[in-house]
Amino acid sequence: MNLVTNNKWIGQRTIRPDGMDKVTGRAQFAADTTMPGMIWGKVLRSPHPHARIRSIDTSKAEKLPGVRAVVTARDIVDFPIANGAVMLGIQDMRWMCRNVMARDKALFPGHPIAAVAATTEAIAAEACKLIEVDYEVLPWSIEIDDAIKPDAPVLHEFNKFDGKPSNIAGRLEHKKGDIAGGFKKADIVIERTFTTRPVHQGYIEPHACLISVAPDGKTTIWSSSQGQFMVRAMTAYLTGIPQSDIRAIPAEIGGGFGGKTIVYLEPLATLLAKKSGRPVKMVMTREEVMRATGPTSGSKSTVKIGATKDGKIVAAHGTFYLQAGAFPGSPIRGAAGCSFTPYDIPNLLSEGFDVCSNRSKVAAYRAPGAPIGAYAVECVMDEVAEALKMDPLDFRLKNAAKEGTKAAHGPVFPRIGYIETVEAAKSSPHYAAPLGDGHGNPRGRGVASGFWFNAGGESSAQVNITEDGNVVVTTGHPDIGGSRAGIANICAELLGIDYRRVSVIIGDTQTIGFSNLTGGSRVLFASSIVVTQSTEKIIQTLRERAAKIWEIDPEAVKWENGAAHPVSPNAGQFEPLTLEELAEKAPAMGGPIGAGVQLNTTGADGGFGTHVCDVEVDVDLGIARVIRYTAVQDVGRAIHPGYVEGQLQGGVAQGIGWALNEEYIYTREGKVDNPGFLDYRMPVCSDLPMLDCIMVEVPNPKHPQGVKGVGEVPLVPVMAAVANAIYNALGKRFYALPMSPPKVLEVLEAPTREAAE
Amino acid sequence: MAKVHVTTSINGEPMEFLCEPSDTMLDALRGPLALTGSKEGCASGDCGACSITLDDRLICSCLMLAVEAQDHEIRTIEGMAQGDKLHPLQQKFLEMAALQCGICTSGMLVASDALLKKNPEPSEEEIRFWLAGNLCRCTGYDKIVRAVMETAAEMRAQ
Repeated sequence: MNLVTNNKWIGQRTIRPDGMDKVTGRAQFAADTTMPGMIWGKVLRSPHPHARIRSIDTSKAEKLPGVRAVVTARDIVDFPIANGAVMLGIQDMRWMCRNVMARDKALFPGHPIAAVAATTEAIAAEACKLIEVDYEVLPWSIEIDDAIKPDAPVLHEFNKFDGKPSNIAGRLEHKKGDIAGGFKKADIVIERTFTTRPVHQGYIEPHACLISVAPDGKTTIWSSSQGQFMVRAMTAYLTGIPQSDIRAIPAEIGGGFGGKTIVYLEPLATLLAKKSGRPVKMVMTREEVMRATGPTSGSKSTVKIGATKDGKIVAAHGTFYLQAGAFPGSPIRGAAGCSFTPYDIPNLLSEGFDVCSNRSKVAAYRAPGAPIGAYAVECVMDEVAEALKMDPLDFRLKNAAKEGTKAAHGPVFPRIGYIETVEAAKSSPHYAAPLGDGHGNPRGRGVASGFWFNAGGESSAQVNITEDGNVVVTTGHPDIGGSRAGIANICAELLGIDYRRVSVIIGDTQTIGFSNLTGGSRVLFASSIVVTQSTEKIIQTLRERAAKIWEIDPEAVKWENGAAHPVSPNAGQFEPLTLEELAEKAPAMGGPIGAGVQLNTTGADGGFGTHVCDVEVDVDLGIARVIRYTAVQDVGRAIHPGYVEGQLQGGVAQGIGWALNEEYIYTREGKVDNPGFLDYRMPVCSDLPMLDCIMVEVPNPKHPQGVKGVGEVPLVPVMAAVANAIYNALGKRFYALPMSPPKVLEVLEAPTREAAE
Repeated sequence: MAKVHVTTSINGEPMEFLCEPSDTMLDALRGPLALTGSKEGCASGDCGACSITLDDRLICSCLMLAVEAQDHEIRTIEGMAQGDKLHPLQQKFLEMAALQCGICTSGMLVASDALLKKNPEPSEEEIRFWLAGNLCRCTGYDKIVRAVMETAAEMRAQ
C-alpha cells in the first residue's frame, strides 16, 4: 500500500459542493423546473410484446380540446437498417430511432407508439386513449431459452446467425492458449450453469425533461441524464436539429447507474415542442420506468474451470448468453471480458452471445455485464477451492493476476492491486471473526472477487479565477456520485487554498467543451486530468504575473500555499503575492486569469475488488439476510474517501438486492407484472447491515493524483459473495438468482436434491 | 373543472392554494405551491421521497389528497432549516457524506427528523426500521444510519 498522507485536501472528507442544495430541497432535478406557457407530454405505449403496426390514426386525439401536438415514428428521423450502423458511442442510431418510437413493429409492452402534448397531463393522457392503432399481434419470446430455439419468433428478420434469421445478434470471444489441452492437465474440473433475472438500475428519479423549441429551431433541453452531450447528440440525430442549436442543460440527476446513458423522452418532447410552439414537459411514471427503460440483461451462463491438485487453474471456459431486449446490444463485453480477469489462466475461452427478445432494450447498469459473468465464475471458483480443500482466498491468491499477466481481453497488466485486495480481505477483522450464533438459523461466509475495465475518454474543463481571487471550475460531466467534491479537493490542493474557495459546477453543452458520458467509472479519473492541467496553466500564469510585478524571471517564482513566492536569488526580497492580490491586479497585468483543457484521456487502469459476506438464513421463512459485509477494493487513490466508500457501499447494496430479491416477473401475456417498488423489491434500510469498506490504495501511475475508477467494481463480486455465503450456511448451492424466500424454501424443503436449479 | 380552494399552514406560514379534487398533496406542493424539495419517485407510497409531516405525523404526500390539508399543518424539507441555520440532521448529512444523488435526501431528512422528535435515542435497528419506507439506491444506507445516530447523540448532549 502506498498511502499518501502529506496532502491538505486530497483525501479529506470535505463538504460536497452540491450538498447544501440537496439537504435543503433547493437542488433542481429534471422534473423540478417549469417554463412560461409550458404544456405536458404523454406517451402511448404498446400493450403487446410483439406486434406489427398496420396503422396509427391520431385524428380523434388531435381534435380533443387542449391537445397541441401529436407525434409518431413518422416524425422521428429514420436510420434505415440497410444503410448500416450509425454509432454514437456504443449506441447504434438505427436501434435508438426505433427504441424511442416503434417504427414498423412494437417489440415490447411499453414500446412508445405515439406521443401527445396537451395543456394538462390529464388531457394528454386522455388523448393517448383516443389514438387508434391497428396491430397484428405476433408470437413473442422473452426468456433466453425461448428466444434461441430454432423456431423462436424472430424480432429482426434481417438479423442472421449461422446464416439463418435469428435472435442471436452477436457473438464475442476472448481466447488465450488451448483450452482442450489445458483441461487435459486438470485434476479437477467443475462445470456449472447459472441464470440471473433482469434487474432494474432502480434510480429513484424517473426520467423527465422540459424542452423549448423557438420558431428558428433554437432548442433548450432541461433534463437529467448521465451526459448532456449524449442528450444533445441523440436529440440532434433523431430530430434533425443541428447540435449547435441545441442547448442541453444538465439538471441534478437523481441516480442513473448506467440507466440514463441513453435518451427516451427528449426527442419526443423536442418534436412536440417544435410542433406545438410551446415548451413541453414530460415525466415518466414509475410504471413507465419499469416497463420501458433499462433494465439490465437476464442471463444464462455456463462456466467450466479446471485446476491441478496443487491449486493452479489450468483452463477455463465461459459461455455467457445475455438478453439484449428489443434491440441488439447487451453487455456481453463486460460478461466475457471481465469475469476471468482477476486470474492468470493460461488456457481460456470466454464467449458472449447477444440475444434479442421481447422486453425493453437493455441499458447499462454499473459495470455492465461484469456482475453477471462474475456471479457464475466466482461461484465455480468457490466450488473448485472447496474440492481442493483450499481456503477460497488462498486459491484466488495462488492464481491471481498481477503485473505482467496478459488478460484474455488484450492488455498486459501494469502494476495492479488485485493481490492487495485479496490479502486485505484475508487479514481483515471480518475474515478472522467467528460467524457467531444464529440461534438455530444457519450462518455462512462467502467471498468473491471482481474486475471492471474502467474508462478514460473525452473530458473538458475550464478553471477561472474570479475578480475577488476565488475559483470556479466548470466540467462537462453530470455528477452522479460526488465527483464535484473530488474536483474541489484536487483544485484546492494544487492552488494551495481552502477547498471552500473552489466552486465546482457542471456546464451545459453550449458553455463547456465536449465531455463524454458519466459512465465506465471515468468521471473523476478523466475530469481530474483536465482540471489538473487547467489549474497548472493558471499557476503558470500566476507565477508570470508575480514575476512581472517583481520584475524578475518567472522561473524564480514558486507557487505555494495560495501565493507566489520569490525563490533564490530573490528569496525574501518581496512579500508573497496571494491569489486575491494577483486577481485584483489582473486587469492591469494581462487580463482575466483562466484556463481550459480538453483531452481524450487515456491511462485508466482496471479496478479489482474482493468481498467478504456473512449471511444468516431463516430456515422457517426462507429469508437469507446479510449480517456482515466487507468490500475491499483497489481504489488507486481516494480523493474524497467518504464518497469512495459511498460508491463501494452503494454497489454492494445493489448487488445484495440482485442476489436476494430483485427480478422482473412477467405475466403469461409477456408483460412486466411487478412494475413498482412494492413488488420489485430493492433493499430497504432494514434489510441491510452496516457495509464495511477497506480502501486499498495502489496509485495509478498514469494519473496525476493516482486515481482509478471506483464506481462499478463494487457491484461485480456481490452476488457470488452472497451465493457462496448461503452455500456455506446451508450446504446447498443455488444456481439461479434471486435467492428469494420462496426459492430458498423450495431448496430447504427438498433435502434429497443435491442442488437447486 | 372547478378547482377547490384550500386554506392551510405550510412550514408555519398561512397558505392558500387551488387544486383539483383529485390532486395529491405532492401535486399541490410541487405545482401551485412551487415547493419542489419533495420528490415523486413512485406516486404509490413506496419510496418515501415525498415525505412530509401532517400535524407532526410523518406521511407520504403522494398518498394524501391536497384538499385534506384544509386547516392542518404541513411541514416539508423547505421548512427544516431556520433561515441560514441548518437543522443538525442536515449538517450531519453533509459532514458524513450521507447523500449522493440527493433525490431521496429530502424525504430521508424529514423522516429522520420525525423519528428523533418521537424517539431521541433510537437504536440502529429502530432507525433502520423507521427509515425502511425511504428508498435510497446510492448509499446502501450505511452513512445515513450513522448520521442519524450521531445527530441523535449530539442533540441529546446539548
